[in-house]
Amino acid sequence: MQTLLFLILFPIIIACLLLFVKRTALRYVVVILSALAIGGVSIYLLVRYVFAGAVYFAVPSGTVDPLMLVIEMGLALFIIYMGVKFKNYLAIALAVVQAALLVYLETTYSGSLHVENNLFIDQFSIIMALIIGIIGSLIAVYSVRYMETYHHHHPEVRDRQRTFFFVIFIFLAAMFGLVFSNNLMWVLFFWEITTITSFLLIGYAETEEATKNAFLALVMNLLGGVAFVAALIILAATAPLSGGIDLAGVLSSGDAAVILLPAALIGFAGITKAALMPFSSWLLGAMVAPTPVSALLHSSTMVKAGVYILVRFAPVFAGTLTGFSIGLVGGLTFVLASAIAISQSNAKRVLAYSTIANLGLIAACAGVGTYMLVWAAILLILFHAIAKALLFLGTGMIEHRIGSRDIEDMEGLIVRMPRMAVMMFIGMAGMFLAPFGMLISKWAAIEAFVQAPFGLIFIAILAYGSAVTVFFWAKWMGKLVAVTRERERVEKGILEEPWAPLYLLTGLVVAATLLFPLVSSLLVEPYVLAIYGVTARMAQANVAIMILMMALLLVLPVSFMLFKRSAKHLPAYMGGRPATPGRQFVGSLGITREAQTRNYYLNDYFGEAKLFRPGLAVCTALIIVSWILAGVAL
Amino acid sequence: MTWTWLIGAVLFLILAPLAGGLIAGIDRKITARMQGRVGPPLLQPFYDVGKLFEKERVVVTTAQNFYVLAYLVFIALAGALFFAGGDLLLTVFAFTLAHVFLVLGAYAVHSPYSHIGAERELIQLMAYEPMVILVAVGLYMVTNSFYVAEIAAVVVPAILYLPGVFIGLAIVLTIKFRKSPFDISTSHHAHQEIVKGITTEFSGPTLGTIEIAHWYETVFLLGLVYLFFAWNPVIGVVAVALTYLAEIFVDNTTARVRWQAALKTGWFAALLGIVNLAILSYMTLGGA
Repeated sequence: MQTLLFLILFPIIIACLLLFVKRTALRYVVVILSALAIGGVSIYLLVRYVFAGAVYFAVPSGTVDPLMLVIEMGLALFIIYMGVKFKNYLAIALAVVQAALLVYLETTYSGSLHVENNLFIDQFSIIMALIIGIIGSLIAVYSVRYMETYHHHHPEVRDRQRTFFFVIFIFLAAMFGLVFSNNLMWVLFFWEITTITSFLLIGYAETEEATKNAFLALVMNLLGGVAFVAALIILAATAPLSGGIDLAGVLSSGDAAVILLPAALIGFAGITKAALMPFSSWLLGAMVAPTPVSALLHSSTMVKAGVYILVRFAPVFAGTLTGFSIGLVGGLTFVLASAIAISQSNAKRVLAYSTIANLGLIAACAGVGTYMLVWAAILLILFHAIAKALLFLGTGMIEHRIGSRDIEDMEGLIVRMPRMAVMMFIGMAGMFLAPFGMLISKWAAIEAFVQAPFGLIFIAILAYGSAVTVFFWAKWMGKLVAVTRERERVEKGILEEPWAPLYLLTGLVVAATLLFPLVSSLLVEPYVLAIYGVTARMAQANVAIMILMMALLLVLPVSFMLFKRSAKHLPAYMGGRPATPGRQFVGSLGITREAQTRNYYLNDYFGEAKLFRPGLAVCTALIIVSWILAGVAL
Repeated sequence: MTWTWLIGAVLFLILAPLAGGLIAGIDRKITARMQGRVGPPLLQPFYDVGKLFEKERVVVTTAQNFYVLAYLVFIALAGALFFAGGDLLLTVFAFTLAHVFLVLGAYAVHSPYSHIGAERELIQLMAYEPMVILVAVGLYMVTNSFYVAEIAAVVVPAILYLPGVFIGLAIVLTIKFRKSPFDISTSHHAHQEIVKGITTEFSGPTLGTIEIAHWYETVFLLGLVYLFFAWNPVIGVVAVALTYLAEIFVDNTTARVRWQAALKTGWFAALLGIVNLAILSYMTLGGA
C-alpha cells in the first residue's frame, strides 16, 4: 500500500518543490531524479504485485473525503473565475451544475458514500501505472529542455515554466490516483484534476487560440464530469443493489439492469475524455499546447483514462445494446478519424487524428466487451502509449530543428536528421505494421469481433480502417526516407532536447513487441481470466513467426554493407532531360529548374469538411441511443 | 503433423519462383494470342530476369537496394507462411509489410516518376486491403479457422457460401496482379505507361528482384483462390486456371482507369464481400 501512496503523493511533493525552482539546470536535476524515483517505484510495483491478483487496501478516508470535496469546490470556483475572466459562460454553468450535483450527492446520500477499500491494485492498474510511471517520467524529463527551447523560439510567450512543471507533476499524481482508486468518488476527484490540468496546459501560450481551445477542452470534459456525478448519484441511490460507489462492488453486482445506466453515463464521461466523436474537436484543439503536453496528456496517458474506465466497465457493457452503441461510437470514430488523417499535412494533427482513431478502436473493443476484445483493448492501450509518445516527442524535436511541423517539410529527414528519422520510422512502424504491437492488437480485435454477435459491422470498420491507416502512415514514412542530396545535417542544435528519452522509447517500441507474450501472460491474461473466467492468448506458432519477423527486421539493415561499394550512382530520371543528383533538370530555354514532389492528401474524398460533420451527427445519435437503451433496461 | 508445415514452406520458397515465372510465360503467350501475335517463348520471363541480373548495378541511392531486398524477403516469408498452413490474417499483414517496403524504396530514390508511382501503389493498397481482410474473415466463418492448413482440409465447398466474397476477391486480384484497368502504379503494357511508375528508378538486379517477388506473390494469390475450392482439388485447380484466364482477358480488354475508379472499385468489392458475409451470418444465426 505504501507503494501506491508513494506514487500518488511523491509527484505532489515534487510539484510543490518545482514551484520554487527557477533555474533550468536545477529543474532538470530535480525532474530527472524524481523521474528515476517514479519510474523505479512503478517497476517495483510491477515486481511486487504482478502475481498478487487484485489487492484491496482499506485506506482510512475520514479526513481525505472532506479534503477532496473542498478541493473540488475550490476547482469549481477556479473554473467560475476563469469563465468570468474569459467570458465563457458555458464553462461556468457546467461547473455550477457539477458542484450542485456533488453537494446534493454528499448531503442526500451521505450514508452510501462509505467505501471499505478506497485503493486497489490489479494487473490492469499495473499496466496503467507502468505507462504513467515510465512513459510519463520520460516525457517529463524531455520537456525540461524542450520548454527551454520553446521559450527561445517563442519569446512572445510569457515564461511560466514553474507553473508548467507544477501542473505536469500534479497531473502525474492524479493519473496514479485515478488508476489506483476503488472508490468511485476518488476516481471522479482525480478525473476532474486531470481535466483542470489539461485545461491549464492547453492554455499555456495564453494566445487567443490557446485560450479558446483550452475552454473547448474544459467544456467537453466537464460535460463528461457532470455525467460522471450523475452516475454516482444513481449508484448511491441504489446502493444495496448496485454496490454503491465501490468500483469492485459495482462490477460484481448481480443486478445488470440497475448498473447499466450509471455505466453508460460513466462510459459517456470516458467518451468525452477519450475525445471520441462527437467530442474529437477538443483533442485537435489541444495540439496548440507545447508538444510534450500533447505526448503526455493527449496521447499516452490522460485520454487513456477515458478508455481505461470504459475497459473497466466492459463486463457490464458486454452483450448489451447499450455497450454495442458505445462500441459503434468507438468504431465509427476509428474509421472516420483514420480517414481524415489522410487529408492532414500538419504532423501534430495527423498524430492527433491517429490518437482519436485508436482510442475509438479501444472503445469499440470495450463496448462490445467480450473477453478476447478486452485482452486486445488492454494491449492497444499499452502499445499505443509507447509508440505515440515517441512520435510526439520526435515531432517536437523535428519542429525545433527544421522550424516546421508540416510533413512536406520533413522530406529527406533521413539525410538531415538520420537518428531522429530512424526513430520516427520505428515509431510509425510500431503504429501500423506487422509484427509490431499495434498490429498484433488489431489482428486480435479482428479475430475477436468475428466471434462476437453482430461483430461483422466492426469487421467491416476494421477492414476499411486498417487500409486507410496504412495509407497515411506509409506516405509520411516515405517523406522521411527520401534520400535528398545536398541537404545539410541539422540534428545538433544550440539548445538541445535530451536524446535519452527518445532512445528509451524507441527501445520500448521494439522491446514491447518482443516481450509481448510475457506482458500478455503475466499481466493481461490473468486480468481477463479473473473477470471472465476464460482468457485469450496468441497461439504459440504465431508468436514464433512474429519474433522471426522482428528478428528479420533487425537484421536486414545489415544488408546496407553488401551494397556499399558495388553500385554506380546516377541522378533520378527527369523525362530524359539532363539532371543533377539534387533533382535539378535543364528545362526549356536551358533554364535549370528543380523538380518537387508533394504527397497526396485526397482532400475531396477524405477531407475534414467531408467526414467530420456526419461523424458528429451519427455518434451523437448513438450516444443518445445508448442512454435510452440503458434507461429502458432500468 | 509436426514437420509437414515445413515441407510446404520450403517447397514454396523453391518452387514458387519457377511456377510464378512459368505462369508469367503462359500469361504472355495467351496475351499475345488475344492480341493476334505469336508471343515470346514460354520461358521468356526467365530469360528476361536472367538478363537483368547480368546488367550493371546502377542506383540513384544505395538505400533503394535495401528496401527492395526487404520487399522480396517479406513477400517470400508471407507466402511461405501461407503454404506452411499458417494464420491467414498474419499472412495478409506480412504482405502489407512487404508492399510498404517496396513503396518506401520508391520514395527513397526521391524521383518524380517513382514518387507518383509510390503514391499510386499506396492507393492500390488502400483499395484492395479491406477485401483481402474480408476474404480471411469469410473463410473463417465457413471453416471456423484462420489457419490455411485447416481451411484447406475442410470438406465444405467454401465457394457456395462465399460467392460475393469470391467475386470481390476476383475484382481486387486485378489490382494485385498489376493488370489493367487497375495497373495505375506500374504496368506491364508499354502502351499505357509513360515511364515505369513505381519501378522507374529500379534497374538491373534490383528490378529482377522485384520481378521474382511478383512471381512469389502470384503463386500466393492463386493459392488464396484455391482455398475457395479446396474441398475438391481437381475443381480447385480448374477454378484457379479459369480465374487467372479471366484476369488476362480483363487485362487485354480494358484500358487503365484513374485512381479514383480503382479506389472506388476496390472498396465496392469489399462492400460486396460484407453483404455476402452479412447474409451468411444471418443464415447461420437462423439455421444453427
